[in-house]
Amino acid sequence: MIADSLVRQFKTIVGDDNAWTDATDLHTYSYDAAVVDPVQPGLIARPTTIEALGKTVRLCNDNNLPLTVRGAGTNLSGGTVPLPGGVVIVTNGMKSILEINEADMYAVVQPGVVTAKLAAAVEAKGLFYPPDPGSQAVSTIGGNVAENAGGLRGLKYGVTRDYVMGMSFFDVEGNLVKSGSRTVKCATGYNLTGLMVGSEGTLGVFAEIILKLIPLPAHRKAMMAVFESLERASETVAAIIADRIVPATLEFLDNFTIRAVEDFSKAGLPKDAAAMLLIELDGHAAQVEEDAARVEALCRTMGATSVRVAQDAAERDRVWAARRAALSALAQLKPTLVLEDATVPRSRLPEMVVAIQRIAKRYDLTIGTFGHAGDGNLHPTILTDKRNHAEWERVEKAIDDIFDDALKMGGTLSGEHGTGLAKCRYLEKETSAGTILFSSRLKRALDPKNILNPGKIIAAKAYL
Amino acid sequence: MASMDALARLMRELEDQLVVCMRCGMCQSVCPVFDQTGREADVARGKLALLSGLMEQIFDDPEGVYQRLNKCLLCGSCAANCPSGVSVQEIFLKARAILTGYMGLSPAKRLILKGMLANPKLFDRLVEWGARFQKIFTRPVNDIIGTSCARVMSPLIQDRHFRTLAPVPFHRQVPSMDRPAGKSGIKVAVFTGCLIDKMFPAIAHSTIKVLDHLGVGIFLPANQGCCGIPALSSGDLPTFQKLLDHSLERFESGEFDFLVTACATCTSTIHEVWPKLADERTRDAATRLARRTMDINQFLVRETALKPLSKSAGKACTVTYHDPCHLKKSLKVFNEPRAVIKAAPGCQLTEMAESDWCCGMGGSFNLQYYDISKGIGMKKAAQIKDTGANVLATGCPACMIQISDMLSQAGASITVRHPIELLAEALDE
Repeated sequence: MIADSLVRQFKTIVGDDNAWTDATDLHTYSYDAAVVDPVQPGLIARPTTIEALGKTVRLCNDNNLPLTVRGAGTNLSGGTVPLPGGVVIVTNGMKSILEINEADMYAVVQPGVVTAKLAAAVEAKGLFYPPDPGSQAVSTIGGNVAENAGGLRGLKYGVTRDYVMGMSFFDVEGNLVKSGSRTVKCATGYNLTGLMVGSEGTLGVFAEIILKLIPLPAHRKAMMAVFESLERASETVAAIIADRIVPATLEFLDNFTIRAVEDFSKAGLPKDAAAMLLIELDGHAAQVEEDAARVEALCRTMGATSVRVAQDAAERDRVWAARRAALSALAQLKPTLVLEDATVPRSRLPEMVVAIQRIAKRYDLTIGTFGHAGDGNLHPTILTDKRNHAEWERVEKAIDDIFDDALKMGGTLSGEHGTGLAKCRYLEKETSAGTILFSSRLKRALDPKNILNPGKIIAAKAYL
Repeated sequence: MASMDALARLMRELEDQLVVCMRCGMCQSVCPVFDQTGREADVARGKLALLSGLMEQIFDDPEGVYQRLNKCLLCGSCAANCPSGVSVQEIFLKARAILTGYMGLSPAKRLILKGMLANPKLFDRLVEWGARFQKIFTRPVNDIIGTSCARVMSPLIQDRHFRTLAPVPFHRQVPSMDRPAGKSGIKVAVFTGCLIDKMFPAIAHSTIKVLDHLGVGIFLPANQGCCGIPALSSGDLPTFQKLLDHSLERFESGEFDFLVTACATCTSTIHEVWPKLADERTRDAATRLARRTMDINQFLVRETALKPLSKSAGKACTVTYHDPCHLKKSLKVFNEPRAVIKAAPGCQLTEMAESDWCCGMGGSFNLQYYDISKGIGMKKAAQIKDTGANVLATGCPACMIQISDMLSQAGASITVRHPIELLAEALDE
């Protein structure tokens, strides 16, 4: 419970309509999209100006209230699940695109801007903001930057990190910190922007973000290739890269996912196929057509049983509809869906897919796997019912094993979902005791009272 | 009031449907109410979490959950966009029934639903009296749209520009009808619907005229009632069942191939809701009727030889079409009304941005949350004006009321019509 007098102070800062303490409101900010237990906060604040945002942060620090910033709450690692009785700062009161500069190709946005809305606004000017996380229709730029979100275009265009040129953010005392610049080059000060990207709200609170834009590709071509074996599919991925072609997207669906999508959408996919690749090339028209012909030929040489090249926009939509349907199709099979994102070096992909199949068998679980073959980022999707406690224990063991195998192959626990609550206890496995110590000291120096989203990235137990 | 324990037991009926939500939050991108307020409790994910919370007994009092549950248009945008396929409307309607049963109807709703709507004859008479007296309290404000506003300050009307009650309702002009199939070899039953009967009789006349023209037989039983959605959305399951019984009695006796309505909300209620919420005694009959139920546009395009009428007839007009949620999202009907508009000579169809974004009406939502409803509706009005069209067509009389209010308040000179009216008019010329 936050004392009435303190609630009044929050209301003075953000306005009466933008500070909520009703039990029902609090409950609706107790979760995000991760499969972790909900935690009830004590107050929700929605600042609508930079000044109010800074003052809200300061008030939390002055009163030892843990603070969690939330965009759309689509986080898949529990990064936006608050602390008991803590404060949630909702960013959708600050959702303006402040500037789209065509001459210098950058955009300045407030943290609550929805990713897809920015992408559309930028595209209307012939420019391109490539990061496209699966939740882009609702996710916010602030959340994307805090989690270093990825998407389908990682292979060619990189991830959110590669588009953040600079930002201003509040430290825990509410001081405004500026880092980076509107220029392509900037060599002043510490690279605080780099530190803040992916920091999951544990080091500061974003006020404004400067994003790099690039020219919009003039031409796109999509195709779908079907394979009788996993190995053939992943050898094809390797062959495409070896041929020095970098598709914008190179997506993979395993047999279980193909069957689920087909049952769900009746799109005419071959249910007996072991794997499918969905490939899109973009760029200058002539180059795209030439590369597309080479990729098609490569797929056939490598033993694809069928290759369908989209001839127009409608066919291109059909190719991507299959990929977009993957999560829905899997989600409809069981009540609980655990979406993992263990990532391995691209060349180890077939090994990882086989390892996941072995784990599914070992623990008698249903796991569908799809994901971003081009960058080694797989989404093993475990289908279960959290109410079945015996099965849930096996799910947790399976997740442990998936992480172990990914790390053995030189991979990472998370390609794009973040560490959050769900993965912090594994972080030392991927890194080292020294890494946790260094991170913990950094956190303490910048946030002495441990106010800023405590327990995320650095597990509560590991925090010194 | 019974204990929270008892309520939690009742809510557990919904458990298997509630656990389907994986909290992905995609509903935030399509919810018209959330778009206005930005509050999680206003979007489906938040409401589903609140209902789970009731089941897990984390609240001392259900009032807050009840309020937020009612702050929903029941437009179904979330369900149509849900990756997990959560049956959002069904859950919300059942939860409203459980909570209303537990907490009781408000006195005003009790009077309107149980005292009036549940008795179709009495309801008809009261509305006729209303139609006689409405001119005393209101004055015309936009001749092209046909809206009126309050003569003096009124807490009920506020600043609304509303479509008035018809001087003579449709059922007074055409009490009943039973005509055999003509050249089409098809006979349909017509479910008029309250709003068409009492505010837009021209839509019913147009329906009859077009069906006649195509040689479709008509069964129009006398003393029709309401489809029941106003009762159900207020959680009044007994009144819903009473109205369902009333309709089944009227339609079960007739011989016809399809049941058609020109009201998107009635169609979607009969087709989607009747089979799911009818009591055991009437479920089979309701399901049989539901399977034969179609939107009028859908019927014309799929079942009859509707051809574009000759190009010579018809006044030239530019039409833009608004997709009622209950047609597009509930029934996946969106091509057919456009085909009907194109079949009317002289009508040039031009698309507005986000034609399937809700108009914000939502029945009693408009009464309870007029500010939010108006915020949603004014966005729609602006998108309609941007097309430069001089006619707005839509397949739902409830949307017509809301859009008329919004366009009138925005000072637009755009008439609001049902596609079937445009087609029927072409037959006149």
